[in-house]
Order: sequence, then C-alpha cells, then structure tokens
Amino acid sequence: MTFLVRTKRKISGLLKALFKKRTCRIGIYGPPNAGKTTLANRIVRDWVGDAVGPVSEVPHETRRVRRKEDITITGQNGNSITIDIVDTPGVTTKIDYNEFVEYGIDKEEAVKRAREATEGVAEAMHWLREDIDGVVYMLDSTLDPFQQVNIMLVGIIESRKLPVLIVANKNDLPDASPARIKSAFPQHPVIAISGLEGNNVEELYEQMTSYFG
Amino acid sequence: MEMIQGVQIDLISAERLDRLTAMEKIRLILDDVMEGNIVILEKGLAPDEQSKLIEITMREIAPDGFSGIEMETYPIKDAQNGFLAKLLGGKRSETRLTVIGPANQLRTLKKEKDLISAWVSSSR
Repeated sequence: MTFLVRTKRKISGLLKALFKKRTCRIGIYGPPNAGKTTLANRIVRDWVGDAVGPVSEVPHETRRVRRKEDITITGQNGNSITIDIVDTPGVTTKIDYNEFVEYGIDKEEAVKRAREATEGVAEAMHWLREDIDGVVYMLDSTLDPFQQVNIMLVGIIESRKLPVLIVANKNDLPDASPARIKSAFPQHPVIAISGLEGNNVEELYEQMTSYFG
Repeated sequence: MEMIQGVQIDLISAERLDRLTAMEKIRLILDDVMEGNIVILEKGLAPDEQSKLIEITMREIAPDGFSGIEMETYPIKDAQNGFLAKLLGGKRSETRLTVIGPANQLRTLKKEKDLISAWVSSSR
C-alpha cells in the first residue's frame, strides 16, 4: 500500500514538473523616482521577508533589472498567485550625468552612473518586449501623468497586450492627485497607494491576484 | 559676415516613412536629431518602434555629447473600423504627428489633449 502511495506521488510529482507553467513575471515599470523599488521591496518583504534593492532620492538608483522569484501573494478574498517580481530602472528618453552632479556626486561617479542608467533603460525595454507577462505601472501621483514617457510606455505595454495595473503612488503626500491619473488612463484600473507608508497596499495585492491570476 | 543662429527643422512625410523599415526610421531620426535638428514626423512611430527608439537612444548617449531625445506626440488613435477592416479582421490604429529633438534643445511647454506647445533653442 505504502509502495503504491509513494509511486503515485512520484508520478504526480513528475507530471507536475513536466507540465509546470512558467511563473508569471510581473514587471514594475514607470519613470524614474516613481517608487518602483520601494514597492518591489514592500511586496518582497510582506510575502518573503527579504528586499530587492536599495532606494534613494537620487534618480536612477536602480540601474539594473532585478528579479525576485516565486513570490506568493494572497488577497483578502483568499485568492493567491505566485509571481516573479521584476523591478526595472526608470524609463526615460534622456540622461545627462550633470543630473547626478547636482546631487553632489563627483563627475567621474556621475558619468559612470549615467552610463549604467542608459544600459538599465535599454535592458528594461528589452525585458518588456521579451520576458514580461504583466505590468504594474508606477506613477508619482504628485506629478503630471501626461508626460510623454508615460503615454509612450503605456502604449507599448498595450500593444503587447499585457495586462497592466496602474499604481498612483505617494498618496500620503498632500498634493497627490490619483484622480488626475485615473483621467489620464481611464482604460486601466488605477490603485492609489503609498509604497513607503503601506497605505492601501492590501487593495493592490487583491487586485494583483485577480488581475494577473 | 554675421552668422544667423537658427535650428533646422525636417518634416518627414508619411509616404517616406512608410517606405522605411523600423531600423531605417530610427536611424534616420537619430542621425538627424544628433546633428541638432528637430524632426517632425507626419505619422508617428508604432509602439514597437518607439520601444526600439528608446533603446537605441540610450546606446548613443555620451558624456558632454548627446544626452538623449525629447519627443512629443498624441496618444495612438484607434481608427474607425470600416466594412473592409471588419471583413479582414483586426482593428487598425493610427500613430500621429510627432516631434523629436535633442533633449538639450527641445522643451515641452504645455501639453493638452489637442495642443502640444514646445520651445526650441539653438544653443547646443
């Protein structure tokens, strides 16, 4: 009997391994300083107890795509999804090393950072074309959402027919306006959160389980 | 003789763009913009071309040289589906008038649903 049970389990395990679907890769995209890494860190900390990468006020702190595998998120409704979180460098069409010099970084380091940032943006675009199954698009809700880079990136994501959740981040700040983001992207669900303070992240988790599940 | 300061503006027609492959379009735009010119496309780039344009722009950025592009366009419009489009299946979408220039020379002043206001400087 034990032999039969063990054999059954073995076969079932083998079949599962054989037909296992690749974990869904959810990319966190958006312009620089929208709070992508802060959110990635919160998701990973809440569900795995780890972190993805350092955060900073200086733009382009994330200059490499970072992936954290097998994160199981459970919504309040009890639904669960297992995903890979892909934290990406902020996408832009211009990078000037002087931007870093203004933050007190010396020229040599600023030039190095600018070069890494350009490579990071190119890498993020490549991932979007090849390896992403769904997108969390982060926006700073204190800023104008109609910036060209947002219109362009959301258009690129839509053209690839990827599901996209728009996050109106920094809703803890007094001049945050998630309504402006909702009016800019009425075709997608918009969730207002504060990745830093954790406001409303439960709703985001719930939406992620139903939207990407 | 006094030189008159100015900026060259190249208006590229939809017909010309239609004849080019994605990489030819991107190269045409970037080579022009890297010379300090402003490029206006009668018909904008498809999303995939925009994605590649960002990627290739990043490769061209150099310290104290080219610092990237500024680009403005209207969101892609879903074209009206005529009988033929329905018959052939699939929805066509239209890319729209686009202006691209060097990031250090072109600034967007105002962007509304139906009006884009930009400012061009000749200083490089």
